[in-house]
Amino acid sequence: MKESEVQINRVDWIAVSIYFALVAIGWFNIYAVVYDSQVEKSIFDLSISSGKQLVWIGTAVGLITLIMVADYRFFENLSLVIYLIFLLILIVTPIFGKEVNGQILSIGVGEFRIQPGEFAKFATALALAKVMERPTFDLSKRNYQAIAFGVLLVPILLILLQPDTGTAMVYLSLLIMFYREGLPQWYYALGLGSVGITLLALGVDNNLYLAAIIVLVVGALIYLGKRSWQRILAFSLIGIGLIAYIYSIDFVVSKLPPHQQNRIMVLFNPDIDPLGVGWNVTQSKIAIGSGGFFGKGYLEGTQTKFDFVPEQDTDFIFCTLGEEFGWMGSFVVISLFAGLLYRLVIMAERQKTRFSRIYGYGVVSILLFHFMVNIAMTIGLFPVVGIPLPFFSYGGSSLWSFTVLLFIFIKLDSSRASQLGRIS
Amino acid sequence: MRDQRPAVILLVIFLISGVLLVKLFAIQVLDDSFLKRAESNAIQRIVDHPYRGLVYDRTGKLMVFNNPIFDLMVVPREFNVGDTAKFCELFRISKEELITSYNAAKSYSKVKPSPLIKQLSTKDFARIQDFLVDYPGLFILTRSVRSYPSATTAHALGYIGEISGNQLEKDTAEYYSQGDYVGLSGLEKYYEKELRGRKGVKYKMVNVRGVDKGPFKEGEYDTISMAGQNLTSTIDLDLQRYGEMLMNGKTGSVVAIEPKTGEILAMISAPFYDPNQLTGAEFGKTYKKLNRDNSKPLFNRPIMATYPPGSIFKIVQSLIGLQEGVLTPNSTFACNRSLVACHNHPNPVNLFGAIRNSCNPYYHQAFRQIINREVSSNTFKDTEIGLNAWREKVLKFGLGSPLGMDMTGEKGGDIPSSKLYDRIYGAGHWKYSTIYSLSIGQGEMQVTPLQMANLAAIFANKGYYYTPHLVKAIDGNPKKIPAKFQQKISVGVDARHFDLIQDAMAEALYGTANRAVMTDLVIAGKTGTAQNPHGEDHSVFIAFAPKDNPTIAIAVYVENAGWGGRAAASTASLMIEKYIRRTISRPELQDYVIAGNFIY
Repeated sequence: MKESEVQINRVDWIAVSIYFALVAIGWFNIYAVVYDSQVEKSIFDLSISSGKQLVWIGTAVGLITLIMVADYRFFENLSLVIYLIFLLILIVTPIFGKEVNGQILSIGVGEFRIQPGEFAKFATALALAKVMERPTFDLSKRNYQAIAFGVLLVPILLILLQPDTGTAMVYLSLLIMFYREGLPQWYYALGLGSVGITLLALGVDNNLYLAAIIVLVVGALIYLGKRSWQRILAFSLIGIGLIAYIYSIDFVVSKLPPHQQNRIMVLFNPDIDPLGVGWNVTQSKIAIGSGGFFGKGYLEGTQTKFDFVPEQDTDFIFCTLGEEFGWMGSFVVISLFAGLLYRLVIMAERQKTRFSRIYGYGVVSILLFHFMVNIAMTIGLFPVVGIPLPFFSYGGSSLWSFTVLLFIFIKLDSSRASQLGRIS
Repeated sequence: MRDQRPAVILLVIFLISGVLLVKLFAIQVLDDSFLKRAESNAIQRIVDHPYRGLVYDRTGKLMVFNNPIFDLMVVPREFNVGDTAKFCELFRISKEELITSYNAAKSYSKVKPSPLIKQLSTKDFARIQDFLVDYPGLFILTRSVRSYPSATTAHALGYIGEISGNQLEKDTAEYYSQGDYVGLSGLEKYYEKELRGRKGVKYKMVNVRGVDKGPFKEGEYDTISMAGQNLTSTIDLDLQRYGEMLMNGKTGSVVAIEPKTGEILAMISAPFYDPNQLTGAEFGKTYKKLNRDNSKPLFNRPIMATYPPGSIFKIVQSLIGLQEGVLTPNSTFACNRSLVACHNHPNPVNLFGAIRNSCNPYYHQAFRQIINREVSSNTFKDTEIGLNAWREKVLKFGLGSPLGMDMTGEKGGDIPSSKLYDRIYGAGHWKYSTIYSLSIGQGEMQVTPLQMANLAAIFANKGYYYTPHLVKAIDGNPKKIPAKFQQKISVGVDARHFDLIQDAMAEALYGTANRAVMTDLVIAGKTGTAQNPHGEDHSVFIAFAPKDNPTIAIAVYVENAGWGGRAAASTASLMIEKYIRRTISRPELQDYVIAGNFIY
């Protein structure tokens, strides 16, 4: 068998099927968003987003073909080059890009525009896989940690310049892959702990209660344990540090730009301003919540179709699904995502090379983050951050970048038989 | 340790999916408040108010119609004025007015429409329509108000107004909602159900900007509105307007009835007002003004004012006497002025002469015979029995309680029974000499002008009447009017007794109301004077004509205009001529009535 041939029988058809299922459901939902019973237009009409999305889907299939016929070594060997090219594009985007609402997200000529922030995701995942593939690369060691975080932070900083906080946050999801590759657990304990304390500090109105609890807990720990002066000093410092942190959060929040402040506050109380800041979340919840168990029926939704929910074909596409197909529809789509992620973890674990496995976990990390944050924000569990639902949301850049991200891994997986096992 | 990590990641994936599904289950299945909020978001319930029925007069002339008025509405969030000067020029509005009403609209709601320019004329409406397309957020709201082509018959037609909270509570069928218009008086109130039609409801889908996105579920839940039914009034518009012209500047009532049917030909309450004043946006302001007016223009005198019937009641006494056999045409009594005052006339008189000359002592003596039949040896008891028996007969003439015409607020007047005198004097402490004023229609007796006109109709019909009413047909169908208006009511006096009465009434005109006499048209009438302790007496006259085949029966009250022969008789005579001949041959009499100097 020639290595350059697509090894059809080795392609993971489960992952591929779920991918096409999600793309198809997404496409039908995009049509539901723009559907207007008074001006009936075909789902194929190129003047509406469903027609355009079909073009993106067609070209995505072209991209898949290209990826599948390419040599698997191409991605491994050129990973750093791809990474550097996208960094370069990210650098020039703020200079040559088009400004929309104070953000410069896209670059291109005329109608043809791409959002480099989307594509840099797979490039970063590839680059990390490349630098981390050596057997000696040990994430429990400081110098290796520095390299890994360096590769991760450069695109994050460049995207923050656009500025696009939502997309930048996506890159942090690769910490899930770092976890698999051995970054010490206490990093995560510390990270999740501080996120928890931050949420508490934001959610509890009076910081004095939190401070009192900390004093009590620290006091109890000191009293119950060995009462050496070092230990007392250490615990006291930690307690004071925590209290200082809690009080500093309110200060930091007050220094944030107002729209970000609002996005945070709405999470805790969506009713503060239902017509202003809370509008997106309130309307999105109304749309999804009105779907009931079986939904209102395809094309029968009123909330998303009549523009009550903003950005409904992109970031809030899940509303259409929730409204027209109800909880059953939500269940099917969430199951498809969970199934795909499960499948990808299984696939990653069966790789023979560390490169493929790391890349596989990169794909899992990015998809999981998008899936979780996007749906959570539409039902008010997460602040509104403008990130799309993979394979679902309308838009060429989004669909292409997720397709490329996923199919490079499917390609690597299908070629695993011809790869030399170097797994550590 | 590291081998557990893939499992931990899988666990995280399933945990996240689980949390999302649980939260979705909570808001989609468990909490149904979102469904309601979605409906109030996107589904607009639009009530389709049908056109209220029109009212025509008996000859088919339009009396009440619906006048469309156009308000220019603005949705502030969508509206962009552009060049203010140009806008003001196009819409013929000053900059200040524009700013004032726009700010008012904005402070009411940014997304709900409010009026920018109220009550555009039809001409302005047509002109503005062409520019409207250039201004998103502007649209025309069409409403309709009641309009009266000839500003007449205000009291009988009544008016409509916004439904009150009280009425809403009583509306158990829950037909009405806040802000609906209902008939508040007159025909508008009595025939509310017929006139209003039936409201329709349309469920429309709207987008976030309130733009119409078509019917909800293809109109499955919509109901169609039904236009109100038209009324054909019994009013003769020409006669009504002529009567109003005669009564202008005076206080009183005119009620004209077609005796054979009970149809009210004219019903005038003076002073009156222009019904067009009580419509649309001006309603509240005008109503307050009219309500405060000392001349009480809102008071519907023909059915609400009560007066002692006076001499006219002598005819009723005569009829009861004849029917009871107490009196015969030959019964003669002396004009004994020691009993009660009278005026100079031949003496003694028989029944005919008593009516013709309106002899008070005659009825003093005749009434005693009607009351005291010696059924009891106790005079007091005998009077009580006689009074109550007499009262029953009087009530049959449509007196003492509301006739039940098609208008609310009708008063019944009063025919006293023994209970009243027992209360005043104590049982067994009163007898005929206490109550004799009743004999000549004075004392504790009250009737409305409508009841008086009905009496005239009874005399014309020789003993029966139809309950007076204002509507001849509903939707062109005479059978649709309430059944009670199609029922002949007998007063319990044989027709033969009426011949003498009619002759005497025709003759009476020459004695007491010379002005009312027409050479070529025989009018039968009777003057009356309602005593007024507060000033000049009220002038009263009832009549019917032509005597041999009556087509009109009429009662006229002119307050503070002295005795019946002048103001009331002249007005009635002119009304009769107008109705029967359609022209006026006596301009000098007309001028006399219009001038209104009846006291001299």
